[in-house]
Amino acid sequence: MGLDFTVLADYRGVLALGAWWTAVLTLAAAALSLGAGILVALALLHGPRWLALPVRGLAGLFMGTPLLLQLFLIYFGLAQLGIDIPVLAAGILGLGLHFAAYNAEVIRAGIGALEAGQAEAARSLGLSRMQAMRHVILPQALRDTAPPLGGNMIALLKESSLVSVIGITELVHAAQRGISETYRPFEFYIAAAAVYYVLNLLMEAALGRIERRAEASR
Amino acid sequence: MSDAPGRTPMIEVRGARKAFGAAEVLRGIDLTVGRGEIVAIIGPSGSGKSTLLRAINHLETLDAGEIRLDGRRVNLPLRGRAFERHVNALRRQIGMVFQQFNLFPHLSVLDNLALAPMRARGLDRQEARALATTYLERVHIPEQAQKYPAQLSGGQQQRVAIARALCMRPKIMLFDEPTSALDPEMIKEVLDVMVELAEDGMTMIVVTHEMGFAREVADTIAFMDHGRIVEALPPAQFFTAARTERAQLFLSRILGH
Amino acid sequence: MDIGLIARLLPHFLQAAGLTILISTLALALGLAVAAGIAAARLSPSRVLRGFGAAYVSLIRGTPCLIQLFLIYFGGPQVGITPGPFAAGVIGLGLNIAAYMAEAIRGAILAVDRGQSEAARSLGFSRGQAMRRVILPQAARLMIRPLGVNAIALVKGSSLVATISVVELTYTAQRLIGSTYRPFEVFGIAALLYLVIIHTLRRGIDRLDRAYAPG
Ligand SMILES: Nc1ncnc2c1ncn2[C@@H]1O[C@H](COP(=O)(O)OP(=O)(O)OP(=O)(O)O)[C@@H](O)[C@H]1O
Ligand SMILES: [Mg+2]
Repeated sequence: MGLDFTVLADYRGVLALGAWWTAVLTLAAAALSLGAGILVALALLHGPRWLALPVRGLAGLFMGTPLLLQLFLIYFGLAQLGIDIPVLAAGILGLGLHFAAYNAEVIRAGIGALEAGQAEAARSLGLSRMQAMRHVILPQALRDTAPPLGGNMIALLKESSLVSVIGITELVHAAQRGISETYRPFEFYIAAAAVYYVLNLLMEAALGRIERRAEASR
Repeated sequence: MSDAPGRTPMIEVRGARKAFGAAEVLRGIDLTVGRGEIVAIIGPSGSGKSTLLRAINHLETLDAGEIRLDGRRVNLPLRGRAFERHVNALRRQIGMVFQQFNLFPHLSVLDNLALAPMRARGLDRQEARALATTYLERVHIPEQAQKYPAQLSGGQQQRVAIARALCMRPKIMLFDEPTSALDPEMIKEVLDVMVELAEDGMTMIVVTHEMGFAREVADTIAFMDHGRIVEALPPAQFFTAARTERAQLFLSRILGH
Repeated sequence: MDIGLIARLLPHFLQAAGLTILISTLALALGLAVAAGIAAARLSPSRVLRGFGAAYVSLIRGTPCLIQLFLIYFGGPQVGITPGPFAAGVIGLGLNIAAYMAEAIRGAILAVDRGQSEAARSLGFSRGQAMRRVILPQAARLMIRPLGVNAIALVKGSSLVATISVVELTYTAQRLIGSTYRPFEVFGIAALLYLVIIHTLRRGIDRLDRAYAPG
């Protein structure tokens, strides 16, 4: 059976919809991973002591085990606990928390690398700890860590393909639908790969712009 | 350290002690600064000058002793939220200028000045920016408002830092070696601003190696050594008649004769 | 926590962990070999080779590993290769990690190359000799850490072969969660085994790094 990429033509819409969901999923999970990553970093740096150990343990678990395993746990585990959330939300949650652990590590290092004088200057002006963190420390830490955080987000885009296994109808899932009807896996997976590659380029371009802007405010 | 009779001094330090581990950095400091008084603190490296300033601003907590600002206790045995509220309120009344400027590099000059008035004093953006512009004019760099700190010279940065502290309308200004990180040709522009502040009646404690400034501007020169204030005299007396051997030695070194 | 259940599941898991280790090891070997070739291509004087190396790295790193695996396993037969799940897993994981490892190798060589290469050439070494005798021995040490990071990522990434029914840890966990309805116990065992494997690997990397530390 030779290759025939023309079969893809009929599935343009299906693939485009899959790509759309991949983009939505990635952006939502990226936002969650950044927000939760900041919270985790703050909890580890400034939170109460009793919180540090469980948070570090959970973060270690998220980073030390495969994402796919975590997705299975969320998928089956939530059901077991009687929590009924849409599978898309479960996918976003799994991806977001997984990358939150990595982001937290990066952000924590970024905060630690700032000069102590920054916090002291903010505090000496009468800003509270929260205000100093929000307006002085975090903006600088996020600016300084934009490249590694961006790297994590690129990884997130690719890893978002894994949520196809719990039935989210994103790009891989869309390709699989085409395959089940045409039995042409090679063509459809190549097409899906090409779409990912383009999304990846778009994301790199966007991150590049953010990094350049961050760089300009030094 | 004279003061108008019947009025509380602006700063009163009594028996201040502080140790870092085994190292005693402040070993019983007494210091009174009247309203509008300028005190220059001089002394060798490691004698505890910065630690004293930081303790007044509660960036360090004392092991013993007390500090009063305008009659109110600064160092209270508070914890948690009560402590936060106390120090935040306190620090709004104390302006601090650091050797390394410590401007916020991610904010424009104007926003460096406007941040604390907006967040800590509740001004809206317009009011805060107007206030910031006023103080930028006072340090003679209104034209730099839209620049970022990294685009300014050291002298300009330090003047922005002074204006930033002034924006909180503090009762007292603390300067920790404000000109030590500057190139020689920029020292004067910063000292000039400080002289103007002094002339306007601001209460100031200035840790400095600029003996000319201390002599011309200070009401009192306090010499610190090994965690103590060894001598505190008006400049005229200090430079001619310092009694202690340590102070004389320090003077002869720093004045180069 | 059901201890009896855990005891019953454990043998399955140990066997699965063995397969995770085996597939990761084989993919690592393949990955290192391919990575060396790609790094050499990217550093070669030939523009064609450099372009090929750059394209390989860009395409592999720009697309999901899962799709690469599916292409080999499901798409392979269409182009005349029919690997079993295990072989497809080793090939897919190996070719994928190779792109990342090639960059680690190239980065280490470039880090040493500046200056050292010129010094060696000025002593009369040929370019090949300079590379073998001067650059590579120094670069090898610099590679240990970044390659180690990739090896750990590979162990976690090996879970993807669960999707093509290789009975490794994640596949086993998925099956047992489905049949026992005890997701937390099952996940706990699998997670623990992954953590043990990765911890052991990390210690091995640390030892290697120390053994080759200068001085
Ligand atoms: N946070 C700290 N932890 C430990 N030791 C400290 C700390 N801060 C200051 N010290 C020590 O306390 C001593 C006094 O420091 P301080 O900065 O007050 O001196 P200084 O008079 O300002 O000196 P310099 O002229 O060098 O600025 C020094 O020996 C310093 O090393
Ligand atoms: Mg000092």
